[in-house]
Amino acid sequence: MQFFKSRFNYLFKSTKGLILVGIALAALISAFFGSLSGPMNDMGVKAIIVKAFNINLLEADREGRIIALYHVIAMIVIAIETYMITDLVPMKENLRVQINSTITFGYLAVVIGGLPFAYWGKNWIMHGIYITGLMLIFYAGCILVYALWPWREENKVKNKEYAHTKSGYDLERVAFFSMSVVTLASALFGAIPGAFYGNGFLTFFAENVVREPIKTTLQKSIIGHLHIMLALIAIACTLIICRYMDFKGILHKIAMPLIIVGSIVLSVGTWLVVPFEGVAHAVIYGGSTIAMLGALFLVIYSWRKLIREGLAEKGIKKGNFFQGLATLLRDPLKFGVTWQMVFMNFTVSGVGIFVAVKLDDIFRNWPFMDEKLILTGHWHILATLTATILLLYYADFAGLKGKARQWFGWAVIIFSDLAFGAVTVYEMKRLFVDEAHQQPVVNTTTLLGDIGLVTVLVALAAIMVWRLIDLFKKKGRWSEEANEKLQSYVEEF
Amino acid sequence: MKKIFFIILLSAFLLSACKPVDLNTPAPIYDTGIDPNSWAKIPSGTFLSGQFKHQVNIDYNYEMMVTAVTVDQFAQYLNEALAAGTIKISGDEIVGFYPGDPFNNGRHEEEILAGDYNHLPLNNPMTRLNYEGGKFSAQEMWANHPQTMVSWFGAKAYCEYYDWRLPTELEWEKAARGVDGRPFPWGETIERNNANLINSRDPFEDMSSLGSRTTPVGFYNGKTYDGYVTLNSPSPFGIYDMAGNVWEWTNNVYEQQHYRYLRGGSKDVYENYLRVWVRNSSIPTYNSPGFGFRCVR
Repeated sequence: MQFFKSRFNYLFKSTKGLILVGIALAALISAFFGSLSGPMNDMGVKAIIVKAFNINLLEADREGRIIALYHVIAMIVIAIETYMITDLVPMKENLRVQINSTITFGYLAVVIGGLPFAYWGKNWIMHGIYITGLMLIFYAGCILVYALWPWREENKVKNKEYAHTKSGYDLERVAFFSMSVVTLASALFGAIPGAFYGNGFLTFFAENVVREPIKTTLQKSIIGHLHIMLALIAIACTLIICRYMDFKGILHKIAMPLIIVGSIVLSVGTWLVVPFEGVAHAVIYGGSTIAMLGALFLVIYSWRKLIREGLAEKGIKKGNFFQGLATLLRDPLKFGVTWQMVFMNFTVSGVGIFVAVKLDDIFRNWPFMDEKLILTGHWHILATLTATILLLYYADFAGLKGKARQWFGWAVIIFSDLAFGAVTVYEMKRLFVDEAHQQPVVNTTTLLGDIGLVTVLVALAAIMVWRLIDLFKKKGRWSEEANEKLQSYVEEF
Repeated sequence: MKKIFFIILLSAFLLSACKPVDLNTPAPIYDTGIDPNSWAKIPSGTFLSGQFKHQVNIDYNYEMMVTAVTVDQFAQYLNEALAAGTIKISGDEIVGFYPGDPFNNGRHEEEILAGDYNHLPLNNPMTRLNYEGGKFSAQEMWANHPQTMVSWFGAKAYCEYYDWRLPTELEWEKAARGVDGRPFPWGETIERNNANLINSRDPFEDMSSLGSRTTPVGFYNGKTYDGYVTLNSPSPFGIYDMAGNVWEWTNNVYEQQHYRYLRGGSKDVYENYLRVWVRNSSIPTYNSPGFGFRCVR
């Protein structure tokens, strides 16, 4: 009994345990439901899975099913980020426990209710559980906002190297706070049309209505919602990495206001899509540029820090370019979290800006199905790149060391970038190859994409198996993690 | 050594994926037994339209071609229409006059003025036409395949030349699914041999190089072709290939947009795009090896 109790306490009461459960669940759900599409479908795996698990795949429900699945995975990721935030940002212990327990019940209800509702018949009790879960997560978000309230005396910065107001209030905390507030408001932007379309089954993919010249208010709400939620998940991830890298100094002081303003302007821009679609895009571009500039300063800071620390460890005062590069690359986990942000510019931001600028000249001259490839590829890459950043961070605090650290880190970086690079070429292929001649390009990019994604999934599976085996050890890594906090500069307070 | 082996293996994989495309690669010739000159009657009345089955009434009878317009039919049309002067050769394309659309200054809308517009490129092997001695003829291998590479203007001109017209989206959908709201012309679920879709493994497909190619019209009629077994997959009104093979142009011109809509999915897409309510759209001058059409009257 003690065996189970101690493991349960670790998995559901400690931050690292909660994160592990979240990652494991997200991995299992992605692997299982991923077998219903793409190459697994072509190989006949889908048919086997559908038969073996008696899955109910009505054609008219497909969009609703997939939207429910996206929400399930997104809620797990939001819970993981929340666990990280409640541990990294100082707050009262009772609030931390309330937030973590509420969001855990919330996302588990979303999983337990949402997936059976979507894939095993429309049982309305399951739908109720799913909605209850979403509400609990929203409520956890409200408590988080309260807990993060920046204007308390005890939350003033003690170390003046961190961005702060004239009165000493912590600007990074303000960034977490404002990001949480706009996330809650943006969630409502999805909840309201979600309630109208009802049940997730009288609905549509936003990418399917992009060419319609007149969109309804609720259609615009959904388009705004999905864009901003993904962007805010990425911004939350950036702030988490700020803490992880102990971002401070002059760049921190420039970056934090940029991230605060950027996330608010970006959110307001997506809300403006509903009443003022024409001007909304300009506001969105402005907000995202400002936020990305903040992230750029984080990248510059973290790379300089990694190089400086690496050279110091080797006893080199001022290294040359190659020595600097070698030290930057020596730890793939610490390098990877910010490198993936840089890579995001090639495969997401850069592509997005190019498509927006050339929309009428190029992309709207293609058939809709070709344009749609870019739209879906674009946000899949953003979501998965964000996930790899969180995964690299997890691998670090899970204590991955030595060769395993190197192999895991580089496998995730190289192969995820290979996959996303290939997917980017695939989605943009009409720029350089016509339909009749496209098959070799399709084959090559698909192959590279599959190799990349499979390798990342294998690396993820390996780390999960390692953690599973560890749980059976009496004094495993889990027993240390049960009482460990995530490392951050908050310990300096 | 292990590294070299890995690199060689990866290179072999990539090279195999990069096999060049030879558009003149032969294809088998099959007689499907379905007459491309036949028409199916669709009676007036209500049907369940769209993904969420809204009841819609079409209060007139109409007829639709049982198959998409074939290369053979289109070659014959080109000769007749060129002789009649309704279309002409201009440079390396067939063009014809279109009176233009009202312009409403919609978001991203482009004005379509009166003038000559592209119907079909002449220098593209995917047209599958021969042009010798001032006459068009179908390449034998492709004669009973759907005519592709025709723009919306070209498809509309073909139908109107014979006093027919392109189907509206609703007419197309009713003809495809009947009145019971089914997602596919033949029923509720799809198998690989119901229709020509990506990775359907039909005798015309070569995913290592050519990709998916068109199948002859009416191919999925329950016959077996050199061991490839097809399922009989007409719509409730006896119309073939309403899912897969080629996207089909429809007639509607919508306010505030210049796009034209296509239905039915094609050889290049997955099964979810073959559901009868799924729409593709394109500028009306686009020529695609995955676009075809049929007419109604």
